[in-house]
Amino acid sequence: MGADPAPARLGVTEADGTVTITLRGGLDATSTGALWRPTVRAAAAAGGRPLVLDLAALSHCDTTGAALLLATEAAHGGPVAVHGAPTSVAALLARVRSAAMAGAPETGPATVAEPLARRPMPARLLAGAAEGLAFLGEALFALFGLPARRRMIRLGDLARFTDQAGVQGLPLALLLGGLLGLILAFQSAIPMRRFGADIFVADLVSIALLRELGPLVAAVILAGRTGSAEAAEIGTMKVNEELDALATMGLDPMTLLVLPRIAAAMIAMPVLVLALDLAGLAGMTVVMAAFGFPPALVLARVVAAVRPGDLLGGVFHGICFGALVAAIGCRAGLATGVGPRAVGLAATRAVVGGIVGTIVLDGLFAVFNYRLGL
Amino acid sequence: MSETVIRARGLAQRFGAREVFHDVGFEVRAGEIFAILGGSGAGKSVLMRQLIGLRPPSAGSVEIMGRDVMQERAAVRRAIGVMFQSGALFGSMTLLENVMLPLEVFTGLPPEARVAVARVKLALVGLAEAADRMPAEVSGGMARRAAIARALALDPPLLFLDEPSAGLDPITSAGLDQLILELRKDLGATVVVVTHELPSIFTIADRCILLDHAARGVIASGDPRRLREESTDPTVRAFFRREAA
Ligand SMILES: Nc1ncnc2c1ncn2[C@@H]1O[C@H](COP(=O)(O)OP(=O)(O)OP(=O)(O)O)[C@@H](O)[C@H]1O
Ligand SMILES: [Mg+2]
Repeated sequence: MGADPAPARLGVTEADGTVTITLRGGLDATSTGALWRPTVRAAAAAGGRPLVLDLAALSHCDTTGAALLLATEAAHGGPVAVHGAPTSVAALLARVRSAAMAGAPETGPATVAEPLARRPMPARLLAGAAEGLAFLGEALFALFGLPARRRMIRLGDLARFTDQAGVQGLPLALLLGGLLGLILAFQSAIPMRRFGADIFVADLVSIALLRELGPLVAAVILAGRTGSAEAAEIGTMKVNEELDALATMGLDPMTLLVLPRIAAAMIAMPVLVLALDLAGLAGMTVVMAAFGFPPALVLARVVAAVRPGDLLGGVFHGICFGALVAAIGCRAGLATGVGPRAVGLAATRAVVGGIVGTIVLDGLFAVFNYRLGL
Repeated sequence: MSETVIRARGLAQRFGAREVFHDVGFEVRAGEIFAILGGSGAGKSVLMRQLIGLRPPSAGSVEIMGRDVMQERAAVRRAIGVMFQSGALFGSMTLLENVMLPLEVFTGLPPEARVAVARVKLALVGLAEAADRMPAEVSGGMARRAAIARALALDPPLLFLDEPSAGLDPITSAGLDQLILELRKDLGATVVVVTHELPSIFTIADRCILLDHAARGVIASGDPRRLREESTDPTVRAFFRREAA
């Protein structure tokens, strides 16, 4: 350790039909990377001819280097003569070789008391909100740092989370949307009928659904299905010391665990919202048909009543709710304490926090919209 | 030889009013196998977290290769491999992918090379056959060995192992001891190991410290074989001569 070893270098020569691959300097986890492919390629090209691995100038070699030597022999295919290996390298190579050939012998506290918990309720809520904001800020910060950390992005993860949050949530969204449409239409049709205004039920239900209820109910679904799962997953990782293991590798849980989950929620929410909207309108149409209005007429009313802005606004709200719910779920997971109840508690926090957060945010949106005259 | 690799000074850990230990100080020299001993709850894992910079000590400081671990975490990280007590394998990845992750993050190895290197590491701990299984599909001892393979991924000059052989059968456990000795010999690694196992302590440890729950600190340090023979402290004797009782 200490002083940097000489960088590794590769030389290939051929004499009398014998190919000699010479490795110089130090072969370790860092320096081996650049040499791997050229060395293996040279060995493969020498296939059929005798190959000599000249290691006399190797200053040191670790198991990564030893793995390269094994890969070189495998690429050549035939017997390889190893020349001049320093004794320590020869010993390591022998050990790694025998391990690789042998195959597998099958053998088979409470956290620091949270000061938060003792403060009065309003102060606790405020502190909680402040922490939540700080968390979102941190996530945003991680987002800006993303280009520099491309190696840490795993598209497979994103696909898996999107599938969990979106595709698997679809049946529930369709069911709840349909029921919601049925109930809303039925409940409002009875009083409206007294004024002879029952055709306006179509206006009422479609606007309420598209602007407000669709995104809200979708967020509740997300909090219940996905927020809780995120908290439990990340919480289990924490209990299992996996987060510590990430930290020792210098991997940032924000980038690796939180960002893909937030992104997945933001991708999934429009799908959930649209599914809810459509199912709700269908449910409403069924009720209206029972009251004697043909579907074509109802559809015409809906088209006349709803502006594109209503639909897009609802989807936009849904995306914001999704980011919030996922962030709250991940935060609950990262804040998991120790002990057997900790993970369950984190999941509960994720669901409650997600629903409360969504409704608060929705209130804020309502105020903004009113101010902006939307 | 024997340059100092780890220098711990005046370490203390308090949780609220409860003190786990105070004034823990020691040095680990290059190429040494250093054991942290003590009963359950004595603070061994907490101490290890402080040593690797995961938990800021309530008091005191840790230097690894002359760098303060809390201040220069990035530099220290590259030099150490850690095996946590619970294994801490990533549950969504196969054993092979677990071992490949540090290679992916820290080295410029091409993908096929990462696979080859990771397979060698798994073979070294006798898991060549189980490489493509998920952590949930292997036994506890296999998971622990895979965690050691991951700690070895970058051939770090300094290894921290938290109870590598806890709960393993004596044969496998002796095999692990052998592996640790070989790593030291082949790679010149320095190893800090937390352990309970007496045979393991006497086989591998050059020096040790013994933490005690009641004393809230270190009650003995030095060569474990000499401590067994020479110590007059009843708690120390009881620890090292358990099997005789
Ligand atoms: N995050 C924490 N919050 C509060 N107390 C903790 C925390 N982590 C550990 N402790 C306490 O510190 C003490 C030492 O814990 P530690 O995990 O270091 O024990 P150990 O010596 O590793 O024991 P074992 O052999 O059982 O692993 C225990 O009393 C434990 O309850
Ligand atoms: Mg422990």
